Amino acid sequence: MISVLTAVLYLLLAPIAGGFIAGIDRKLTARMQGRVGPPVLQPFYDVAKLFEKEDVTVTPSQNFYILSYLVFMAVTGAIFFAGGDLLLVLFAFTLAHVFIVLGAYAAYSPYSYVGAERELITLMAYEPMIILTAVGLYLVTGSFYVSEIAASEVPAALYLPGVLIGFLTVLTIKLRKSPFDISTSHHAHQELVKGLTTEFSGPTLAKIEIAHWYETVVLLGIVYLFFGFNPLLALVAIAVTYFLEVFIDNTFSRMKWQWTMKEGWGVAVTLGFINLAVLYYFYLGV
Amino acid sequence: MYDLIFLILFPCIIAFILLLLNNNRIRHAIVALAALVISAGSIYLLVSSFTQGTVYYAFPFEPTSLVMFALEMGIALLLLYLGVRFKQPVAVLLVLVQTVMMIYYEITWGMTVEPEMNLFIDQFSIIMALLIGIIGSLIAVFATSYMDTYHSHHHEVRDRRRMFFFVIFVFLAAMFGLVFSNNIPWIFFFWEVTTLSSFLLIGYSETEEATNNAFLALKMNLLGGIAFAGAILYLASVDPSGGLLELDALLASGQAAAIIPAVLICFAGLTKSAQMPFSAWLVGAMVAPTPVSALLHSSTMVKAGVYIIVRFAPVLAGSLAGISIALVGAVTFLLASGIAISQSNAKKVLAYSTIANLGLIVACAGVGTPQLVWAAIFLIIFHAVAKSLLFLCVGTVEHRVGSRDIEDMDGLIVRLPKIAAMMFIGMAGMFLAPFGMLISKWAAIEAFVVAPFGLIFVMILAFGGAVTVFFWAKWMGKIIEVTPFGENIEDTVSTGKWVVLGSLTAMTVLAALLFPLISSYLVEPYVLGIFGETARLAQDNVIIMVLMIALLLVLPLSYLSYRKQGRTMPAYMGGRPTTPDMKFLGSLGMEREMTTRNYYFAEYFGEAKLLKVGNPLCILLILAAVAAIVGVAL
Repeated sequence: MISVLTAVLYLLLAPIAGGFIAGIDRKLTARMQGRVGPPVLQPFYDVAKLFEKEDVTVTPSQNFYILSYLVFMAVTGAIFFAGGDLLLVLFAFTLAHVFIVLGAYAAYSPYSYVGAERELITLMAYEPMIILTAVGLYLVTGSFYVSEIAASEVPAALYLPGVLIGFLTVLTIKLRKSPFDISTSHHAHQELVKGLTTEFSGPTLAKIEIAHWYETVVLLGIVYLFFGFNPLLALVAIAVTYFLEVFIDNTFSRMKWQWTMKEGWGVAVTLGFINLAVLYYFYLGV
Repeated sequence: MYDLIFLILFPCIIAFILLLLNNNRIRHAIVALAALVISAGSIYLLVSSFTQGTVYYAFPFEPTSLVMFALEMGIALLLLYLGVRFKQPVAVLLVLVQTVMMIYYEITWGMTVEPEMNLFIDQFSIIMALLIGIIGSLIAVFATSYMDTYHSHHHEVRDRRRMFFFVIFVFLAAMFGLVFSNNIPWIFFFWEVTTLSSFLLIGYSETEEATNNAFLALKMNLLGGIAFAGAILYLASVDPSGGLLELDALLASGQAAAIIPAVLICFAGLTKSAQMPFSAWLVGAMVAPTPVSALLHSSTMVKAGVYIIVRFAPVLAGSLAGISIALVGAVTFLLASGIAISQSNAKKVLAYSTIANLGLIVACAGVGTPQLVWAAIFLIIFHAVAKSLLFLCVGTVEHRVGSRDIEDMDGLIVRLPKIAAMMFIGMAGMFLAPFGMLISKWAAIEAFVVAPFGLIFVMILAFGGAVTVFFWAKWMGKIIEVTPFGENIEDTVSTGKWVVLGSLTAMTVLAALLFPLISSYLVEPYVLGIFGETARLAQDNVIIMVLMIALLLVLPLSYLSYRKQGRTMPAYMGGRPTTPDMKFLGSLGMEREMTTRNYYFAEYFGEAKLLKVGNPLCILLILAAVAAIVGVAL
């Protein structure tokens, strides 16, 4: 069930794919704002430059947490692309996230502290819907294994419209796009300076960027699972999804954290719950 | 059989020695020695019995039962005296009701019933015995030096250490008795001894608050005790030969016959495991010295409550009453996790986290599929280890730092580095993959998905899990802040405490590493024996988890490389002139202090607010369970 080869391919190729997606993101964003924008390869140049910079930290323990963040984000994706258990993927994902939050706490800096607290709020906001996504995919495909879900002929997206919309909503939270970029943001409209990542610089910040690339690929991989019955359609769906994320990012202003909670939990108890309840009723007769 | 009797009687003997002994140094030695013997005894039990499956022993029913009855009456008299002295009419009433019930039982059936197989051992009992024997006695060892410090800090508290250690060891003996008894009136006897023990320990400091909280615990547990006594009366009246008074016979008699006593006993289990609406007693119990909390929360008392409910899981499975009880657990899990967000008192956070996890165990046992029973037993194991570690760490921090408030734990990693690292591991054990509690939660989700009414439980687990991550991670963040000020004050912690804390930390990690073995040698055979089918995690997943733990153990080595390279700079303070201890120049030239505070969201997750929802809801669910069995009876 577990394929080591695809996991290794993921570890090697995901940063490249993720970096490209980040470059396209910036290009699209620039076009939406009427700018020319940087070259698509710009994220790679940025990370390469960060690695050249001096290693400055507030406390050396930050390095440990961020290294662990990167490693476990890669592990998360490796389990996913090896075809492992989707719930285990999600738990490893949480573990990785807790590490970056701890890195921000460790610095004892007012800005990164608030960023860390807010990142935890986003984590609490998106987690229920993400678990329900795994459960929904299990109900229609009969397996928690990514390999089996992806290979399933069942048109999951058709059975799980509510779960899909719910997942896309929390995906926006997960990718820290406006209006949910409460903990840190690539845009310069943050009152928290750089929030979560304020105290990271140089090679450490580069690791965070690479981890984010890994993360993006896993999250879009979950979108794929909804359309696994038709790989071509799945790729189109991923492209549309990402375009929508960028579009939302550029059309919304950031909201309060309460709004993030309401959205994340709201979609879970409405769309997620109703969709699953219908499935339970028709498929399991309970 | 003699190993079981030894484990029940040996702590009693030690208890009496400690009651008579006034010399503190000898007490230290005896407690340490007894702890060693009891741990060795429970490990011996594991080694000698785990291959045998379930074994029943014909321990003579009389005169044991008569002795127990006499002791029960003695306990009742003591409680009546204390109830009158402290003007607790409700407690007096409850004691009277229960005593009358037991006297009635003894007069009507006590002489005629003759259950034969009174003691037994199976894999679940072995697991419980290991938790009681190892964790319980480690806590007792910790308590010896803790109580020294406690009394040097609290001169106003009367030194009753003889009574204290007497009760602790009686408590352990009663727990052993409870998990080894196959005779339900005997289980009830040990059950009542644990109620009495926790009552005495909670009231140790004799302040008004402690006394009130002790009586609160007593009243709630007596309420459960009355239900338990009701179950015994019912069983004796249904089958005057006493055949159903044997636990295995009752469990084997099928749902139709066993559901009424099962619900009554599970009600007692709900009170003992502090489910809503009975959660208040466990929260109040934190007035006791910290080792007592550690004991109540990890290996004794509340675990007796969930132990009995898990035992009855096969009877509850698939019944309406079982679903109602499971929902009490699920609601408690969700709301208690929420309340934990709003608390800044470390012991209170731990208390609500315990209540939440017990709720999850009750939810698993109430639905009662093989997979869920598997998950429930693992929750009991992992929770016992990690929670005892956390309580003892918090107790140590409280003595060194002078506060149990999480907001005072900034930079604990600087002031008490080793304690903070241990707390870190304990907390990771409570909510992070690949550690224990998460393995069980994961198994629970996969099992609930296909269980009846599964969606409700899955929803509750999804939300409760998210809330859990929040309140643990923000506390974790607090203790690992590397503050530029603060001195290492760790050298004042005694060696004995280090041994205990170190062992518990090692056990937290080991339990996660060894869980495949625990599963295949103890938990799976038990589940197989009960249901005829078993549950486990897939091989692939187990390998991945073990690899993740290995990775987590290796990653800290990266610290070695950071020492050499890299430069450190102060944190960004918005460009204000800042002193090294984080005081900055505010407006009008005033020097201000930078402090960090966690979110508590009292307006959303406040204790009073959520209890107002949880208590009535759980009362309704318990009434639904009662209605369901009344329906069966009619």
